[in-house]
Amino acid sequence: MYDFAPFIDSYTSYLNAHFSPFWAGLISMVSLGVALLLFYAVLGLYLVYAERKVCAQMQNRMGPNRVGPMGLFQTIADLIKLLLKELIYIRNADSFLFNIAPFIVIVASIMAIGSIPFARGLQAVDLNIGVLYILAISSMGVIGVLIAGWASNSKYSVIGAMRSGAQVISYELSVGLALLCAITFAGSMQLSEIIASQQDGWWIFKGHIPAFVAFVIYLIAGTAETNRGPFDLAEAESELTAGFHTEYSGIKFAFFFLAEYMNMFVIAALATTLFLGGWLPFHLYNFTAFNTVMDYIPPVFWFFGKTAFVIYVMMWFKWTFPRLRIDQLLALEWKYLLPISLLNLLLISFLTLMQWHF
Amino acid sequence: MEETLLDIDLKDREEYIINMGPQHPSTHGVLRFETCLQGEMVKYIIPHCGYIHRGIEKMSESLSYPQLVHLTDRMDYLSAHMNNEAVALCVEKAMEVEVTDRVKYIRTILAELSRIASHQLWWSAFGMDLGALTTFFYGLRDRERILDIFEETTGTRLIQTFITPGGLMNDVHPNFQKRVREFVTYFRKKLPEYNQLLTGNVIFQERTKGIGYMSKEVAISYGVTGPSGRGSGFHCDIRKLAPYSAYPFVKFNEITATEGDTFARYWVRMQEMSESLDIIDQLVDNIPQGDYMLALKAIKAPKGEFYHSVETARGELGVFIVSDGGPNPARIKYRTPNFSNLFVINKIAAGHKIADLVAISGSLDLVIPDIDR
Repeated sequence: MYDFAPFIDSYTSYLNAHFSPFWAGLISMVSLGVALLLFYAVLGLYLVYAERKVCAQMQNRMGPNRVGPMGLFQTIADLIKLLLKELIYIRNADSFLFNIAPFIVIVASIMAIGSIPFARGLQAVDLNIGVLYILAISSMGVIGVLIAGWASNSKYSVIGAMRSGAQVISYELSVGLALLCAITFAGSMQLSEIIASQQDGWWIFKGHIPAFVAFVIYLIAGTAETNRGPFDLAEAESELTAGFHTEYSGIKFAFFFLAEYMNMFVIAALATTLFLGGWLPFHLYNFTAFNTVMDYIPPVFWFFGKTAFVIYVMMWFKWTFPRLRIDQLLALEWKYLLPISLLNLLLISFLTLMQWHF
Repeated sequence: MEETLLDIDLKDREEYIINMGPQHPSTHGVLRFETCLQGEMVKYIIPHCGYIHRGIEKMSESLSYPQLVHLTDRMDYLSAHMNNEAVALCVEKAMEVEVTDRVKYIRTILAELSRIASHQLWWSAFGMDLGALTTFFYGLRDRERILDIFEETTGTRLIQTFITPGGLMNDVHPNFQKRVREFVTYFRKKLPEYNQLLTGNVIFQERTKGIGYMSKEVAISYGVTGPSGRGSGFHCDIRKLAPYSAYPFVKFNEITATEGDTFARYWVRMQEMSESLDIIDQLVDNIPQGDYMLALKAIKAPKGEFYHSVETARGELGVFIVSDGGPNPARIKYRTPNFSNLFVINKIAAGHKIADLVAISGSLDLVIPDIDR
């Protein structure tokens, strides 16, 4: 039910029947790229909209409500404004690096989207090392941030970039270890197989407390990796004005902005896939009627529903917590999260070895 | 005497220096911190002020006393009533007249309301300095109620010029007492929300406790007054030391803390808000009848020198008038609290991180026009 594979198969077979193999391959590649880019842009804009609404709700106000019904077109209007704005050229900035930095950041986040399974059969590339791929690609973004800070020729930007570097390199360890927990349970790095292993229950339920601990650590470290929430030291508007993107204007600034939201989406989507069962519906043990009803809800809704929940949690603590200081941030990682994740991984390996998980 | 700013070795000045300000989100106005960094650590800070100097003291020399009151609103715009009151009290002291009890009560209620409003705005902005943006909207939501009361009575919301030598500009609005009573009950309920949102937060406490330690000696030698000084255990509340207006008639505590860190300064202000509510509570139901303005022929200070100080939301505001007997002061000098509070920053923030500098300058609650005048 609700399998996207037949549609995609019939599309490729249609292409293969009407074009030469070279053109068929090219057209399918281009259409896939266009679809991903469109998805990326729309999702990015509406995540910005969602953040503004959520933050408004936290702060006793309305949020955008003028452009379109309930302000739905506000972010599109903002994007048009940013497109039309002047791109300020910084004197004495390294212009090549300055211009390329936003593209590195945004390309990293687009590429990560490519291997996320949105529903059954709805996944651009199902790599056998999917988790590793996403980790590798998403850590590429920090290079863009470092370049942006360095090339801006601004003191605030350099401080922001250095903070971001220290932060992302530290928290990557916890993200990796937390993901390893789920990989240990599932026994695979392929995202589709990780989902398949949760057919009879999500890992957060099946894996006892260690799985929950891993999920929480992943959420904290993931938020830190996207430079958001209480960990937005790289931007730290009250200290560094805007940190690494202080000198960027117009659409280049928008690229950084969009990339931040899409990184948040990738983190949330990965959490959904590895811990919350991906696009699988919620099942209660033995309640057949309930389970059948749940099955009727399309997997796309399940996936986006769970991801939206995780994103909401991330926004929630962004808007209620003060920012950490850089030494506290690093202490949190190296003194608390890393030892806990290592112990947790050991425990989970033991659980998996003894087959003690459900 | 510890080292002054001028003693800082010129060699050090060639290191990594960033200018926080004049346009910077954390300085809350046009103030510039010349900050020397070593990595994330602040080596020293040189505050530069004067970007919003308007020559209020000089301008006042050509204005009569009732006229120059209008300029005092523009100094510490968050304590406008207290600034007016300081000039009014000083002129009344010079003229040796005493206003009616009604005026005293109303002046005190207005002053305490503006103290609460000022602390609310400080709390909102302090949260923002630490990266908790939601505090801003909570604080402003409640501050709006006070501004509504001011608007009804005085006609304006921020710079009211309501208190004048000899009394008040006008009698209060008939709704005044009812509105103030409503506000007191409303804000008593809302104040715990502030603590739930920020005070109890682990990150917040980590960020503020033990940061920016100011000893009592430092507070006294730099002349740090107000909640910032009281956070270091310096008993400097003018309302207690030299009670004026209706303060002799009310019971209240002088809030002090001994820790001297950023959290102590924060906590003193939070408690002052509820203390101010208590003061208003005692006064609002007992406002006596009487005239709101003394019938004075001419407002002129006799020849001589006069000083009077009041406790604004930020500390001791002193007004020093040198009069030659004419309708204008020959020279007027304001001892503004923020000017003294600002210059302690190098002493207490050097050696901390950049983020701490922002937290510390936030905890000193600086209003820049008050520094420059």
